[in-house]
Amino acid sequence: MDYIYLDHAATSPVHPDVVEAMVPYLTEHFGNPSSIHHFGRKTRQLLDEARLVAAQSIGATPNSIVFTSGGTEADNAALFGTALAKKETGRHIITSQIEHHAVLHACARLESEGFEVTYLPVDETGRISLSELKAALRPDTIIVSIMYGNNEVGTLQDIAAIGELLEAHQAVFHTDAVQAYGVLPIDVNELKVDLLSVSSHKINGPKGVGFLYIREEVALDPLLYGGEQERKRRAGTENVAAIAGFKQAISIMREEGMEKAARYEAYKQKMLSIFTEAGITFLRNGEQEHTLPHVLNVSFPGVKTEILLVNLDLARIAASSGSACTAGSLEPSHVLTAMFGKQNRTKEAVRFSFGLHNTMEEIEQAAQETAKIVKRLQK
Amino acid sequence: MIYFDNSATTKPYKDVLDAFVTVSQAYFANPSSIHSKGGESERLLQQARKTVSQLLHVKPQEIIFTSGGTEGNNTAIKGVAMQYATRGKHLITSAVEHASSFETFHALETLGFDVTYLPVDEEGRISVDELKAAIREDTILVSLISVNNETGTIGPIEEVGKLLQEYKKIYFHVDHVQGIGKVPLSFTKAGVDLCTISGHKVHGLKGTGILYKRESVLLSPLLTGGEQEGSVRAGTENVAGIVSLAKALRMTFEYMDAGVRNMEKITSYMRDELEKLPSVVINTPKTQCAPHILNFSVEDVKPEVLIHALDQKEIYVSTRSACASKQTGASRVLLAMGMKEKRASSAIRLSLSYENTMEEAEIVLRELKKAVTELQEIMR
Ligand SMILES: Cc1ncc(COP(=O)(O)O)c(C=O)c1O
Ligand SMILES: Cc1ncc(COP(=O)(O)O)c(C=O)c1O
Repeated sequence: MDYIYLDHAATSPVHPDVVEAMVPYLTEHFGNPSSIHHFGRKTRQLLDEARLVAAQSIGATPNSIVFTSGGTEADNAALFGTALAKKETGRHIITSQIEHHAVLHACARLESEGFEVTYLPVDETGRISLSELKAALRPDTIIVSIMYGNNEVGTLQDIAAIGELLEAHQAVFHTDAVQAYGVLPIDVNELKVDLLSVSSHKINGPKGVGFLYIREEVALDPLLYGGEQERKRRAGTENVAAIAGFKQAISIMREEGMEKAARYEAYKQKMLSIFTEAGITFLRNGEQEHTLPHVLNVSFPGVKTEILLVNLDLARIAASSGSACTAGSLEPSHVLTAMFGKQNRTKEAVRFSFGLHNTMEEIEQAAQETAKIVKRLQK
Repeated sequence: MIYFDNSATTKPYKDVLDAFVTVSQAYFANPSSIHSKGGESERLLQQARKTVSQLLHVKPQEIIFTSGGTEGNNTAIKGVAMQYATRGKHLITSAVEHASSFETFHALETLGFDVTYLPVDEEGRISVDELKAAIREDTILVSLISVNNETGTIGPIEEVGKLLQEYKKIYFHVDHVQGIGKVPLSFTKAGVDLCTISGHKVHGLKGTGILYKRESVLLSPLLTGGEQEGSVRAGTENVAGIVSLAKALRMTFEYMDAGVRNMEKITSYMRDELEKLPSVVINTPKTQCAPHILNFSVEDVKPEVLIHALDQKEIYVSTRSACASKQTGASRVLLAMGMKEKRASSAIRLSLSYENTMEEAEIVLRELKKAVTELQEIMR
């Protein structure tokens, strides 16, 4: 049996057309975009085109797109950049307990540098409360960073409502859209967000590239200092080939539209119904309605995460415990802990995430195999 | 087509490209994932780390993969400053650093650090005595460029390293982006604690780089989040980029001896020929200079105009460092060397790779002479 890859939220296969789009920028068009000769102009042109494609994908202007080395850098740049630029107007930051570590660790660092951070709790579905956010807002709040779709359980936050709430406040609104981008339509003006992070390798583009949307009137201190690339907002020779691949991945995503959301939802329902039919006990983690279509998180009572994952791997099924970056640690996930406290289900959770090349047959097969293993282990 | 702008960026080797494409397609999983697909990626990453550490004669855990030279310099400089700020807030660097170091130091000044920018002599070199005199009780970092990206001047890295052996509390960072594969540098002999390397200057891919960090040095990370790269550099690893970088470095070291000899021959020939032109002055020193860079000024001719004239002949050269190429006016580096405004704002940089040939140099010289003569006619 072929390996069934159900870990697309960790990273996704590069689309064949993406690699093809990169090759010319690794061979004949290898110039440095800052060079003023022919080779430089050729790659500069690609950067301009890619910036336009990226901007259009979220209803933004090209000048508001800054290419980064990935989602982590985009999140770090958003938080550190805003904090430094606005520290004279305030030192209070609001985020949630279930953010990706790229946001949480940046917040922890800022705390050590004298900023004050409010970590909003979430309910059992993984949602923050708008009224709690409202109550936490202070005149000296400078950043609100709330992720769009959670990478572990898929829960979506009401970003538009938060954007609305913050419209009259000085705080800059950042959302980590690394998981939502590509599976949900995003328009930065409708959502009223000021900063938005995206990573290429989650949408079948290459690793090592992403972008940060920065609303034009928002000023950030840069994270990387040096040359004048990216209008002085991110120094470093531009990763041209990767940006060419990212551009292609965005174009494919936009051509395909959002119909894949329905397909992934069908995959989810299929897996759940197979689990039910098999008579195994399971608990679904996360919101059912406001959720990322490609993420399904399930706890199987009595079956430890690590044991199930090892057995799944032996059955040639790649799933994960949640976020890939904490996969090695034995601590229960901070997201599930925020949702359920010390309940056992936090140690019995597995994430299945869907994407390119997955088929309904694979999903059925994987679900049946999972049910078989769980049945054996739940005895 | 003749490409003499290899200090700006280089063309990736074919094998490097192949490695990148293969790994991108066949090993796309996240190395942090615990399933066996993740394990395969993780093994590739470890293998690349091992290869690089062996080539650089350091330990695998001392290699941090980055997104390039700029990130390497920012991480090293800011990382030491922030980590050891409680020990002292004095930093020493030079007036001729690359923008990615220079601007980082400027930013640190706004955060309350005190920075000494050592002056350089007319060849672009700092004086070790002056460095010694600048050291204070509260100095925590010395950061120097090994090979200047505009002039090719080689700095006194080993001497500085020796001096710093006496100062256990001072860390030594070297920006070796232009030196790697051209000017040998032994990290142990030179007492280097941190060293920045960029992939795209050695026929690797853009967006890849290495920061060497001696095991005992702690860094406050620039990118925080996951626990990748020993928690010094968070972010999903660019596995394909990293594997291709290891390959580029290995190939570079393999070809280095012959390549350097070839470049030396070409630059010294071009220097001799250019010196014969009355309106040309050479800015690259004659000794202690890198084999691949030759910088000269043509007075009364705007460098941009000369570059465009050569561009028409499919010859590609540059004015100075690529990331400052949009700035007009005098080069900060040449001014620091004591040159007059006019000379410092009319510089052209030729930079070679191992693969450039004497025949190409002949053509470049011929076209250069022609273009200079024509342009001077017009200017007159
Ligand atoms: C929600 C979220 N934010 C940020 C990141 C970090 O992105 P990258 O891996 O590109 O650094 C990830 C993925 O790891 C993620 O899922
Ligand atoms: C000496 C030197 N340091 C640092 C850099 C920055 O490297 P990168 O372009 O990979 O960010 C460069 C090249 O631009 C350089 O020449």
